[in-house]
Amino acid sequence: MRLFAHQFRAEQKLFWRSRELAFFTFLLPIVFYLMLASAYGDDIIEGVSGYEFLLAGMIGYGAAATTFAGLALLLVIRRESGVLKRLRATPLPGGTYIAAVLVSIIVIFLLEAAILIALARVAFDVPIPESMPSLAILLLLGAGSFAALGIGLTALIRSAEGSSAVVNALYLPVAFVSGAFFSEETFPRVLQVIGDLLPLSHLIRLSRDVIAFNEPLWDHLGNVAVVAAWGLVGLVVALRGFRWEPRER
Amino acid sequence: MDAVEVSGLSKAYDGVEAVRGIDFAIGAGEVFGLLGPNGAGKTTTVEILVGYRRRDAGQVRVLGRDPAQADSGWRARIGVVPQSGELFPNLTVREHLDLFAGYYDDPRPPSEVLTLVGLDDKADAKTRTLSGGQKRRLDLGVALVGNPELIFLDEPTTGFDPGARRAAWETIRALRSLGKTILLTTHYIEEAHRLADRVAVLRQGEIVASGTPAELIAEAPASVIRYRRNGEEVVIQTEEPTRVLHDLTGQALRDGFDLDALEVHRPTLEDIYLALTEERTE
Repeated sequence: MRLFAHQFRAEQKLFWRSRELAFFTFLLPIVFYLMLASAYGDDIIEGVSGYEFLLAGMIGYGAAATTFAGLALLLVIRRESGVLKRLRATPLPGGTYIAAVLVSIIVIFLLEAAILIALARVAFDVPIPESMPSLAILLLLGAGSFAALGIGLTALIRSAEGSSAVVNALYLPVAFVSGAFFSEETFPRVLQVIGDLLPLSHLIRLSRDVIAFNEPLWDHLGNVAVVAAWGLVGLVVALRGFRWEPRER
Repeated sequence: MDAVEVSGLSKAYDGVEAVRGIDFAIGAGEVFGLLGPNGAGKTTTVEILVGYRRRDAGQVRVLGRDPAQADSGWRARIGVVPQSGELFPNLTVREHLDLFAGYYDDPRPPSEVLTLVGLDDKADAKTRTLSGGQKRRLDLGVALVGNPELIFLDEPTTGFDPGARRAAWETIRALRSLGKTILLTTHYIEEAHRLADRVAVLRQGEIVASGTPAELIAEAPASVIRYRRNGEEVVIQTEEPTRVLHDLTGQALRDGFDLDALEVHRPTLEDIYLALTEERTE
């Protein structure tokens, strides 16, 4: 527990010191929310106000940007620069290290979601969601599943140089077809089908149900199951393919 | 009990044998030099001894344990300076030492380590602003902060200028006087000669010679004669320097040419090393 707390503090320091990572994963969803909400927040989209629609979308996008893209990039860079290998030569247990990295990035996402919700309340009068347990489980489900997918993705990325291109090429189109920025209803059928297969569209629908419609999470177990199933896939890939050593040169 | 015991150690990558059945032992408090050209198997050997890689065959005991089954308690007793690899560019020198010190139950105080590796005046500098030599010293500091008994240094001075290399040697001597056991790999003969109590020369995955630096020199021919002729260096190794020199100078006087830069000396470790590591490529 002492080692976990020590590493958790170090992870927080490392995240906030890394300006690029903090901007792209933490700040960008907040910036997008302000931009998009001021552009079409007054519209009614899929039966809810644009402010609420975008808040749900940006919480989903934030989960993908922070716990999926941010975590994958951070781990690949550390692996390829030899930091992970060096940590393996210290008494810090590997499990404790991964736990500290995971909890640190999840805390950062929770902070981001809290800022988005507070911003929506203050700037655009979006009511705070009524069911706090539903909101908490929603955020943890999204963070956990996308973090597992993020760690799994590191097994498929071979070098630090290409990592940011691969990660961006994955999560930005996924966020788009999952309706994070615009309603899926305006998309061609083929994009809707692709979106339906991916976990982010289900996470965004769940956050819309909880935030805009004040429905409890357990009324939508189908969406929960899809998000959790993707998380399990990520977990299996992570357990099988995670590496501490950089690629042989 | 020896700090490191290795017998019959072998390792192949994709069918290419990197290490072919080597044996050596390192006593507690000893500085042991693993000397050889690039690709001889030095790093593979170190990576097996610290538990990064699995061996294919052979027995390995490091501080009484098999590194392939090592635990946190064992890792607290070793320090590793890897050949390559970076640290966190956005952390300062002191923050690195504090971070790594936190992994150990009984670390050496980071302020002491700063002085030991000569980074006092860089304590609050971000790592990305350090020079190559300063980064290398931080690598050493990070390996020492756990106060290990046994330290693995994989080419600790490669790429250093002569001044920085001498400073690093002083640090390694200081560690030795603290009673640390050290395994040092290097392709600099002079480094092994000056620092190591015993040396093993590795070539193509095999140990081709071992002993104290003085023993290695004693096995070599008595004298080496060097001179330059038509711009090319000529090296003669001989047991009879008097007769060879007599013939050589006689011929030079008779035929009227000069023996430029003529010298006669006892073989250095470098002469022996070059003879040992080049034999097979002839």
